[in-house]
Amino acid sequence: MTDEPIQKARSPFIEAWEMFARNRSAVAGLIILVLISLGAVFGPALYPTDPFDMVWAPFSPPGDAGFIFGTDYLGRDLLAMIINGARVSLIIGLAAAVVSIVIGVTIGALAGFYRGIIEEILMRITEFFQVLPTLLFSMVIVALFGASLPMITLAIGIVSWTAVARITRAEFLRIRELEYVMASRASGTKNAKLMFRIILPNALPPIIVQSALMVGSAILFEAGLSFLGLTDPNVVSWGQIIGSNRQYILDASYTVTIPGLAIFVTVLAISLVGDGLNDALNPKLRSR
Amino acid sequence: MSDPLLKVQNLRIELTTRDDVVPVIDDLSFELAAQESISFVGESGCGKSMTALAIMGLLPEKIGRVASGSIIFDGEDLTQASEDRLREIRGNDISMIFQEPMTSLNPVYTVGEQIAEVLRAHQGLGQQAAWTMAEELLDAVRIPNAKRRVSDYPFQMSGGQRQRVMIAMALACKPKILIADEPTTALDVTVQAQIFDLLNDLRRQTGTSIIMITHDMGAVAEMSERMIVMYAGRGAEIGGVDEIIEKPLHPYTQGLIACVPHILATVSAERERLLEVPGIVPSLREFGKDQCLFASRCPVRTDICLQKRPPIETDPSGHSVACWHGKDAS
Repeated sequence: MTDEPIQKARSPFIEAWEMFARNRSAVAGLIILVLISLGAVFGPALYPTDPFDMVWAPFSPPGDAGFIFGTDYLGRDLLAMIINGARVSLIIGLAAAVVSIVIGVTIGALAGFYRGIIEEILMRITEFFQVLPTLLFSMVIVALFGASLPMITLAIGIVSWTAVARITRAEFLRIRELEYVMASRASGTKNAKLMFRIILPNALPPIIVQSALMVGSAILFEAGLSFLGLTDPNVVSWGQIIGSNRQYILDASYTVTIPGLAIFVTVLAISLVGDGLNDALNPKLRSR
Repeated sequence: MSDPLLKVQNLRIELTTRDDVVPVIDDLSFELAAQESISFVGESGCGKSMTALAIMGLLPEKIGRVASGSIIFDGEDLTQASEDRLREIRGNDISMIFQEPMTSLNPVYTVGEQIAEVLRAHQGLGQQAAWTMAEELLDAVRIPNAKRRVSDYPFQMSGGQRQRVMIAMALACKPKILIADEPTTALDVTVQAQIFDLLNDLRRQTGTSIIMITHDMGAVAEMSERMIVMYAGRGAEIGGVDEIIEKPLHPYTQGLIACVPHILATVSAERERLLEVPGIVPSLREFGKDQCLFASRCPVRTDICLQKRPPIETDPSGHSVACWHGKDAS
């Protein structure tokens, strides 16, 4: 054995980023997402109009009297509402995704690792949640426990963890049979460590992709709930703007179109990023 | 003679298949002394790996179980030990290296982290101490530039290097027994020789007993003092390596030895046709039968071979064979 120059270690993260960067629409999605997030974080400070204040005559079309997006049926500044709504929509999207990942990964990991009766029970529970009509179920939760932001987040999380659980279980079933897991067992590793330190990191890529997409669907879900009026009346969200203005859709279509476009662009951007992550993290798509 | 380090007695392992329960290991007994190296030889599907997994307590859950017999390690019966106790023993007193070095290391951690992990779990070493020790171990298994390679990921290493890492991991806690399940099958011939040298040196230094599982007669001759020839879950022949290679008693052993090709000095020399053992290992369904399971492929078969399982006969030197015709062989 000679002292040949050792190949430079390339971090898996850099490699994944290069794959991601090669996908142009994903990069576009990421840029849009960053802009929206910046707007949600700094927007209210830069544009301090209170979204609940009546600032001008109702139904002023966009551009009227300097209000870029116009005003809604109560004369509130639509731009201020969109900016503040972005916060709520993004926070709910992220938090609901976190909730469903925590539930889904835990259940999927236990089922896939222990197999047998535990798997049977957990997967039947998962299937039970899968066949429930999700919108109806979350409406029941919100209606029962009150329409506060945490409760809405929880409701969305509770109805959307099943996909994560199934993906996690499938990955665990595959990975638990691999030799390095056996080797790790053979060196006396405890079950909890096997599950979360040995197997889970190897199962992460598809889970990450799924969670990215889930942020998008959680935002849509929240919009759906608030459209139906199941929302915290003390905060503005995009769905809520659409919901409260829906009667005037024929007279002032922009009050519905603008928040609708905001949702559309955000969810599209998230989906593009999710798609890019899939390319970057899926080894089967590598080096094409 | 003092008590052996490991004593397997009348071990019977049953696997639950779709339609039946079959004994994949049937009445196997052997002993392993401290610092001794013993080899298991046989075709695929003869139960070599199952024996290793049984010693580790890692039989496939819900499918395999030790039906009877005992595995006594250092005075303790492993078949009766609790899962927690087995976990303490694994990696610490008995450790194992696997056939496929390419897939036996976790791809998301550096090799140093993986070696250090074992040390932390069993020896209670701190982060820093374990890392330093991991460096030393990599150096001990002759990985060049160990100080830098210790923070490499497995995919940055070659097959031989990964197998060295596996060996470093297995020997990290100075186990009393190292089980090597076909450690070189996936490697180049030149690398194989290096790995054998390494294992031999480490055995000399640490005094670890080695159980080798292989189907390479050359490896057996190089590595072990004694060998166990397994056929269809039963011990066919047990004895000293030199003795068995010199004078194999079981027709299966004779067949296996005849299978090894010899390199001839001149190309023009008359080459003997390479022999094979005709037929295949019987299917699992046949395993429990009260007959000699090798009978279907045996050149010296007689009626009794099909009627009754041959008893194990041991001569004074400790060379034992399970064959009705073992005595009249050679």
